[in-house]
Amino acid sequence: MAYSKKVIDKFEKTLENPEGSSVGRWDPKEKDIGTGMVGAPACGDVMRLQIKCESLNNVHVIKDVKFKTYGCGSAIASSSELVDMLLGKTLEEAKEIKNKDIAEALDLPPIKLHCSVLAEDSIHQAVKDYESKL
Amino acid sequence: MRLPIYLDYASTTPVDPRVIEKMQDCLSVEGNFGNPASRSHIFGWKAEEAVEEARSNVAALVNCDPREIIWTSGATESDNLAIKGAARFYKDKGNHIITSKIEHKAVLDSCRQLEREGFQVTYLDPDNTGIISPTQVKDAITEETILVSLMHVNNEIGVINDIQGIAEITRSKGIIFHVDAAQSTGKVEIDLKKFKIDLMSFASHKTYGPKGIGAMYASRKPRIRLEAQIHGGGHERGMRSGTLPTHQIVGMGEAFKIAKEDMLSDNKRIKKMRDRFWNELKDIEEVYLNGDTENRADGFMNVSFNFIEGESLMMALKDIAISSGSACTSASLEPSYVLRALGMKDELAHSSIRFAVGRFTTDEEVDYTVSLVKSAVVKLRELSPLWDMYKDGVDLDSVEWVAH
Repeated sequence: MAYSKKVIDKFEKTLENPEGSSVGRWDPKEKDIGTGMVGAPACGDVMRLQIKCESLNNVHVIKDVKFKTYGCGSAIASSSELVDMLLGKTLEEAKEIKNKDIAEALDLPPIKLHCSVLAEDSIHQAVKDYESKL
Repeated sequence: MRLPIYLDYASTTPVDPRVIEKMQDCLSVEGNFGNPASRSHIFGWKAEEAVEEARSNVAALVNCDPREIIWTSGATESDNLAIKGAARFYKDKGNHIITSKIEHKAVLDSCRQLEREGFQVTYLDPDNTGIISPTQVKDAITEETILVSLMHVNNEIGVINDIQGIAEITRSKGIIFHVDAAQSTGKVEIDLKKFKIDLMSFASHKTYGPKGIGAMYASRKPRIRLEAQIHGGGHERGMRSGTLPTHQIVGMGEAFKIAKEDMLSDNKRIKKMRDRFWNELKDIEEVYLNGDTENRADGFMNVSFNFIEGESLMMALKDIAISSGSACTSASLEPSYVLRALGMKDELAHSSIRFAVGRFTTDEEVDYTVSLVKSAVVKLRELSPLWDMYKDGVDLDSVEWVAH
């Protein structure tokens, strides 16, 4: 199973420079933070995505993102790719991001598609959590 | 030191240069290329002579009569021949087979096939260190049992079964005992004059010989009979037809001859390297060695790095060749069935890495790998939400995961 160059590059970049790749965490209780954690250790995949939003005229914009992932190289690359896609988006735009957008951006092979599905699930959970605090 | 570094000796081994030299003499028109079954000319006679010398070399490593060694295409074929061949031949005596959950797929899939043909199979559970005890085997035997098949050294964790003890039980009850010894030749002592074993499978490519050739031991005293699985000319006493590949056989023979000569010195060096490797890793927080610590072949080290997934660790160690029990590395997305059968939690199976050092591994390579592993573990834990939760004192078993 040869890994795609995009996955390898994304993975290595995240590993070597975690802070610059938005690895980290915020206090999930903060009002401007939405947290989504999906997956399970028994499955070999857990992603925690956090979005920090700012509201301008009732439009919520994702100002910053932090994530942590336990999973294979493709899972880590998928979370990292997702972060790039989320920054600056509104919540509505974030909800539109589909797993196949992530899969295409990373050239994920069929056997690794579930990593991108997990990433998509994590956005929905994070947005749901943020919206529940409004 | 050459990169990448190969630490996957349990998967396969490079062919020893001394073996290559011998094999090369059997290929070209000037070499020993004849068909060993050609009775009428010197090309055949010389090829046959080389085949018989190789047969003696294999027999010498395991202390059996050369006439008890049959050439096959590898341990997988030997497993198929031994298990299906014996079960089908003796099916009028009974229809029950005993094996274990952690056998190689060549054994498990052969047993599954026999189940489809009406045999009953018991798959024994190993204890949590990976070992099947003689008592377990004894307790599983019934009036209908005709065959027991258990491996000598496990390919994922390297633990060693007491095949001598198990053989005492099977022989006393007249039950055929087959042992898959693919991982044990050249690593652990095998004495077929002492061990009351009926059938044994050997691989060439795990012992610095070429891939595509193996052998099977079939006891003459008492005489084991088998139903041949490959027909066409009656080679190998009717047990396995097909023109013998002289170059491959010479390769395996030479590899086994070297294994007999070098086993003690190889093992001493390999054990020292493996122990030093483990000593460097064991003090890392939340790192576990899988499998029995005493009854284990010297080169193996199967380790779980908690809170880190195995494939991501392998990717982070991109200049090191190793393998993992993680689901992400298998085509079926299932974690290692061997680690699962030990009672290991799935997450530890997902976090496991198998390192196996061998004849050509150097201390320099081990040292380089150790420092790479230590730094990769730190970096990956930095990325891991599970490590955060562990550090926060959260009991991960009590969390309600939103699995998909």
